[in-house]
Amino acid sequence: MLIVTCPWCGQREVTEFGYGGEAHIARPENPEQLSDEEWGDYVFFRKNPRGVHYERWVHTHGCRRWFNAVRHTVTDEFFGSYKPGEAPPTVPVSKG
Amino acid sequence: MTQINRLSEGGRIDRGKPLQFIFNGRPYTGFQGDTLASALLANNEHLVGRSLKYHRPRGVFSAGAEEPNALVQLEEGPRTEPNMRATQIELYRSLRAASQNCWPNVRFDIGAVNSWLSRLLPAGFYNKTFMWPPSLWMTYEKYIRKVTGLGESPVDRDPDRYEHRHVHCDVLIVGGGPAGIAAALAAGRSGARVIFVDEQPEFGGCLLSDNQRIDDNPAMEWVRRSMEELENLEEATVLPRTTATGYFDYNYLTALERVTDHLPPGRGDHLPRQRLWRIRAQRVVLAAGSIERPLVFADNDRPGVMLAGAVRSYINRYAVLPGEDIVVLTNNDSAYQTSLDAHLHGARVEVVDIRPRPEGQLVEKVRQAGIPLHTGSAITGVHYRKGVEGVDVMRLNDEGSAVRGSSNRIDCSVIAVSGGFTPTVHLFGQSRGKLLYNDDIGAFVPGDCHATNPNRSAGACRGSFDLGDCLNQGFEAGAAAAGEAGFRTSGPVALKTERMEQGAFRALWTIPCDHPVGKGKKKHFHELQNDATVGDIMLAVREGYKNVEHLKRYTTTGMGTDQGKTSNLNALGVLSELRATAVDRIGTTTFRPPYTPLTFGAIAGQHSRELFLQKRKTPMHPWHERNGAIYEDVGDWKRPRYFPRAGEDMHVAVQRECKMARKGIGILDATTLGKIDIQGPDASKLLNMVYTNAWSKLPVGRCRYGVMLNEHGMIFDDGVSSRVGENHFHMTTTTGGAARVLSWLEEWLQTEWPGMRVYCTSTTEQWAVASINGPNSRDLLSELTELPLDSENFPFMTWQDAEVAGVPARIFRISFTGELAFEINVPACYGLYVWETLMEHGEKYDICPYGTESMHVLRAEKGFIIAGQDTDGSVTPYDLDMNWIVSKKKDFFGRRSLDRSDTSKPGRKQLVGLLTEDPNEVLPEGAHVVAELKDTPPMPTLGHVSSGYMSPNLGRSIAMAVIYDGKNRKDEKVNVRLMNGRTVKCRVTDYVFYDKKGVRARA
Ligand SMILES: [Zn+2]
Repeated sequence: MLIVTCPWCGQREVTEFGYGGEAHIARPENPEQLSDEEWGDYVFFRKNPRGVHYERWVHTHGCRRWFNAVRHTVTDEFFGSYKPGEAPPTVPVSKG
Repeated sequence: MTQINRLSEGGRIDRGKPLQFIFNGRPYTGFQGDTLASALLANNEHLVGRSLKYHRPRGVFSAGAEEPNALVQLEEGPRTEPNMRATQIELYRSLRAASQNCWPNVRFDIGAVNSWLSRLLPAGFYNKTFMWPPSLWMTYEKYIRKVTGLGESPVDRDPDRYEHRHVHCDVLIVGGGPAGIAAALAAGRSGARVIFVDEQPEFGGCLLSDNQRIDDNPAMEWVRRSMEELENLEEATVLPRTTATGYFDYNYLTALERVTDHLPPGRGDHLPRQRLWRIRAQRVVLAAGSIERPLVFADNDRPGVMLAGAVRSYINRYAVLPGEDIVVLTNNDSAYQTSLDAHLHGARVEVVDIRPRPEGQLVEKVRQAGIPLHTGSAITGVHYRKGVEGVDVMRLNDEGSAVRGSSNRIDCSVIAVSGGFTPTVHLFGQSRGKLLYNDDIGAFVPGDCHATNPNRSAGACRGSFDLGDCLNQGFEAGAAAAGEAGFRTSGPVALKTERMEQGAFRALWTIPCDHPVGKGKKKHFHELQNDATVGDIMLAVREGYKNVEHLKRYTTTGMGTDQGKTSNLNALGVLSELRATAVDRIGTTTFRPPYTPLTFGAIAGQHSRELFLQKRKTPMHPWHERNGAIYEDVGDWKRPRYFPRAGEDMHVAVQRECKMARKGIGILDATTLGKIDIQGPDASKLLNMVYTNAWSKLPVGRCRYGVMLNEHGMIFDDGVSSRVGENHFHMTTTTGGAARVLSWLEEWLQTEWPGMRVYCTSTTEQWAVASINGPNSRDLLSELTELPLDSENFPFMTWQDAEVAGVPARIFRISFTGELAFEINVPACYGLYVWETLMEHGEKYDICPYGTESMHVLRAEKGFIIAGQDTDGSVTPYDLDMNWIVSKKKDFFGRRSLDRSDTSKPGRKQLVGLLTEDPNEVLPEGAHVVAELKDTPPMPTLGHVSSGYMSPNLGRSIAMAVIYDGKNRKDEKVNVRLMNGRTVKCRVTDYVFYDKKGVRARA
């Protein structure tokens, strides 16, 4: 069972959190001007890497706040959590 | 014949405390300190059960958690428990146990007499059977279960209590042998918070069974002093009878403590029966020991065949000599110690060693003791009638691939076998650690541990079997673990032990016999619990199941309750021989928790019965209780489903409630409806994004219905929201969607528009809501408020603040029934009072409380959808023919998706009404609508029925359905196929059945 670090509350059990999928996907400013394909990219397509993943979490049973984290999808190592708007932490080269 | 195998002295049993117990209906006596297995062996009972498949007689094989054979049904009635390992059941007064897999009894067994099962159940049986029509499997399963039967589950409610404990520690040490104790001492002395678990009642591990010495004293003296020291450390928790069962990510482990299982049932007083520890450890030291492997020789499953280490354990720990004449079969030196110990206690011992030239200190001792030694030889057959009577021994050729010469019979009653030791790497494997194959011991040992699960292995579980090495590794691991957890540790401790020089072990995965292995009468069992033989592995390989994971499932090797603790490695070895591939290239199967089975009770802990799920109750709940409500679970809420009057069933009650609501007044507890208070200058901007229609220009005091889409353009919730002030809205959601909608709003506000000035607060539990519906509802309400309620002063789809029954209230004139209706919101603390006052004043109007069932019928009569019932995540507002609710002038979530080719194409599944030809036929929800009937399924489906009720106000059944091109099918005839094969003829209509113009709500 993972331990997730909330940037506001600290380390907590994963059962306190909700998972929000890939991070840093901005909602398009003008959806009307996008082609079906571009809009489809935004709605449906995600990276799903085997390796380092920038992703969103929400501390549902805690402060209820959203944040981002960097996790290795195979080993489940976390390389840091950061608040929305903050820059992601650097990931050790060996792990990338 | 009481305890004829009991030695007159020694052992760790208490001869002053004899215990009577019953096995298979017969009385026996054992001693405090016995296990059920040791007590049975003391009474010379080798036959304890029958095997799963072939119903061959089986006996006690081991002395621990690895036991594959001696599985018993423990106790009777509600406390009965199947598949209990007799080797781990601590004997207590009046214990009752019985063999499994035996009918009519263990000595005379129908299955074995007919032996028909062996023909019915070859390797791959499950595999092959599952490929047959599934209906046949059902037939076989019933039959097979009856004869094979893995014991019986209790039928009655478990009378015992269980609990969970959640704890953190610096260092968790698993395994209480010499390595574990040393690790606990090293970590404990540093002041680290230590948890130290061992599955046995006494700490000491192998030292309990072997007469070893530490610092010139009996090793158990060191154990006693060490445990005393640990018990006195403030930060150390010592847990005997506790099995670490699972190792999960981030050093999260579960451990089952059998708190009172060693006492007669029900004698635990205030204590729970078992406690499941959930431990988060900074560092873990694994000192789990090792498990002896059997050798796979002909008819190696006979009762009386035992692991050599187990024989030693029974002699030294339990003072039981399992037999007077013992043949030891081995490929390594350790079994020589068994020979010596048995010899010392008066047994006649002979040793058969498959190694041509065994050498080592123990071998020398055996030679000096005059114990006959047959080197380069193997057992090729077992003489068995009511017990083992002897073995045939033949010489092996140099490669060990065949026997030669003539056979030599040795009479004996016990065969002690050792095929080497397998480190117990189960937990390490579960921790995602890397396993390495070690040729010297013919087994896997821990390599690097996984990044998120820092742990260390010490002692036998790391492949080190010398006592001195175990102690050193333990001290080292304990100190390093505590150091990494931030504690200062002292230097190494030197203890004096005697090092035994041992000869090399010889890997020979199958012991040949006088006929080809896998053919003829003799069976080579590599897996005892599931009755799998080398012949089965050969068959699997012949049929192409060469991958170890395939082999496992094909032969069911390792799939028993023992998870193949004694058999997996032998299976790998045999497979490696057959495939001529090195064992490390074959790999292992995945180690899965639990290490040994746990009870459902322990898994559930306190979370059972009324504590399983919390119940959410509205303030009006006490009234519902008093008035005989039948409840429906909606999320965690207990909502009244209907209020039956004397003699009414649900159907009759609902029909009455629906009629009364439209004729006079019906009252519904609508408290559970989700309510979100939305405030801030950007509140209407937010609503504009989450709803499909426009909200900025909604005047204060007005209410509006809205649907919410996800970015796919699909409806996920709906409800009425009202403008309380310029920057203030009162949003309502479905009962089940309340939390989801709030999360949805928060997600966007926090991640996409952190600059938006708006706050969302759940107020679901702050407001109690009574919804009164029906032509008399205005008259009733006017008795309790000064507020003018006529349509001019209080029009439909508006709200007003007022006092109701002297209580501050927010009244919404909105309607989910299509009747004249008022939703009276009051602070939750007044909910019950206002409800009771409404009921009191409503009596003269024949007010009728109704529940969710009538709510559903009433809304369906009006064609109001239920999000999540008539929509399923694939329905757009257009599919509901609700184009009017979709604004063309603004963006909102899902807006762009409505123009995608698939979402906007004609002919999608759309919501329609269905009227059955027979007005009394109610369509079941989920039934499929088909255009073209065929004799047998499949038939192309048009869609499914989403709602179906008997409508008392229309005097006929009504239904809603989601079907392809529904909008263009009005008046078409379609068929609904039921599960029982019957067909119901229907006509497609629009889905508003009652008061189509909507005049009643505006009355
Ligand atoms: Zn938090």
